[in-house]
Amino acid sequence: MNETVSRTRKIRDLILKGLVWLSAAIICLLLAGMLCFILIKGLGHISWKFLSSKTSLLNGTVGILPNLLSTLYIIIMTLIVVLPLGVGSAVYLNEYAKNKKAVRLIELATETLAGIPSIIYGLVGMLIFVQFCSFGTSLKAGAFTLVIMTLPTMIRTTQESLKTVPDSYREGSLGLGAGKWYMIRTAVLPSAIDGIVTGCILSVGRIVGESAALLFTAGMANEILSPSQAVSNGGAGSTLTVSMYMYAKERGDFDTAFAIAAILLILSLLLNIAAKVTAKLFQRGDKK
Amino acid sequence: MNLSERQVQFLLQSKTIPAVKIQQKPPRTDPLADIFEKFAHIIFGICGFIAVVSVAMITVFLLVSGVPAIKEIGLAEFLFGTKWLPTADTPRYGIMPFILTSLYGTFGAILIGVPIGILCAVFLTKIAGKRIGGIVSAAVSLMAGIPSVVYGLVGMIVIVPTVREIFGLPDGANLFSAILVLAVMILPSVISVSETALRAVPKEYEEASLALGATKTETIFKVTIPASKSGILAAVVLGVGRAIGEAMAVMMVSGNVANMPKIFGSVRFLTTAVASEMSYSSGLQRKALFSIALVLFIFIMAINLVLNFVVKRDKK
Repeated sequence: MNETVSRTRKIRDLILKGLVWLSAAIICLLLAGMLCFILIKGLGHISWKFLSSKTSLLNGTVGILPNLLSTLYIIIMTLIVVLPLGVGSAVYLNEYAKNKKAVRLIELATETLAGIPSIIYGLVGMLIFVQFCSFGTSLKAGAFTLVIMTLPTMIRTTQESLKTVPDSYREGSLGLGAGKWYMIRTAVLPSAIDGIVTGCILSVGRIVGESAALLFTAGMANEILSPSQAVSNGGAGSTLTVSMYMYAKERGDFDTAFAIAAILLILSLLLNIAAKVTAKLFQRGDKK
Repeated sequence: MNLSERQVQFLLQSKTIPAVKIQQKPPRTDPLADIFEKFAHIIFGICGFIAVVSVAMITVFLLVSGVPAIKEIGLAEFLFGTKWLPTADTPRYGIMPFILTSLYGTFGAILIGVPIGILCAVFLTKIAGKRIGGIVSAAVSLMAGIPSVVYGLVGMIVIVPTVREIFGLPDGANLFSAILVLAVMILPSVISVSETALRAVPKEYEEASLALGATKTETIFKVTIPASKSGILAAVVLGVGRAIGEAMAVMMVSGNVANMPKIFGSVRFLTTAVASEMSYSSGLQRKALFSIALVLFIFIMAINLVLNFVVKRDKK
């Protein structure tokens, strides 16, 4: 066969193949470069004191405990709201809805939500939750904004795994005389747990990485909040990403910024691994 | 064993009676349970439409807060005015610089990011072995998870000074740096969507091409890629959406001055225009920021429509 391939074709083949390899190499080098750069510049500044205190201009010390706590509060608050809403919405789409137009409308809305940039979420969150609902600039307003933002992820992943639950489960359950809600609760949802867990992990990833939507909703404060303050109106706090932005852009404190960036990278690495492990874990469960 | 007629009847009855009972009366005779079922149905229905309600709310709130300023300034002056001077004695609210910057920035990012992304998708689907492919696809999914402010920080510390030195500029925070950062940021979504598109091409196409004497590379570039062009188009449109909506990373590397776009000039995007003045603005300036957000929202909706159209056509 090689005899029929002319020289020019061979050369062109080689060039194209080289380009393909080159682009894959670019991706890997970019990522490896970024990882090394940030970890080398950042890890050195992470100490126990850095993680467990708050920034004090008086003592000239920098600490990110308030930001760690704010991030945690926002994750918990968002998940508590978005989990039932997202799962409920997916259940409705997959189990209850019979009107095709309604399903199409909901799916269209979900796709639209997924495409809206986070800065617009931030602005609308400010209008709706900070001003209209008068939560003030607070973690609560930020969390509600993120609920709308993570809703598409939650709905889509849950729906995907609901689709893979065999119909025989539903028929068996209904045939035994269970009501629809009883069937969903005992037979359908437990089999779709993998999608729900994946949805949660992906949502946490988005929440940890989000900054533009939180800048005007959750605020830029660096105070340690108690849980009750965190859910109150006006309990403002900046998450890791927002505080990193403030340290880098407003204060020019790049050491701190890189330290936070290193923490963010490690977090996203862990979440990435967690998502992969869940997928594998449940795949194995299916094979049994 | 002989059974009398009565015995047979009795046996039959004892077998059929329970079955008949189930058909006539479900075992759940509890009226509470029925109410509960209806209640669950309603609750799930409400959950189902929450996405629709959210989209409607976002649209309404943006319209209500964005339209007044446009009315006050005048649509033509707002969209096509080339000067943004909200704090001058005679304030000017023209957002043409932002619109053009967003368009140029997006176009540049697509120009750099899409070819690399498609080639990388080709590598993942057609060329890489299981191990190398696994490493590259892990890298891609990790890249997708990195927060945008981290990209911005690296851009600020690495790309901005490099651009300054290479091109001998007074400041490296400009449109070009922003394009580079955006190009990297759209890579993961471009790669994953084109990967799906490339995998969906039927094997027969490639086999036919190979059988006709084309080399493997020729087959990929002349058969597989053209066959998956609408999927790849969807990847490009998605990349456009990502690039036009990115705010934080761009804010950190673009210089953030409201100039008409020049490749090595400090510029401001639609997104960064909103983000940078929101915290201190008031009055008409603040209202105008919402109008900018409205314009951005309309852009995104248009992109979504195109994306929907492309994906739908692909399904048919």
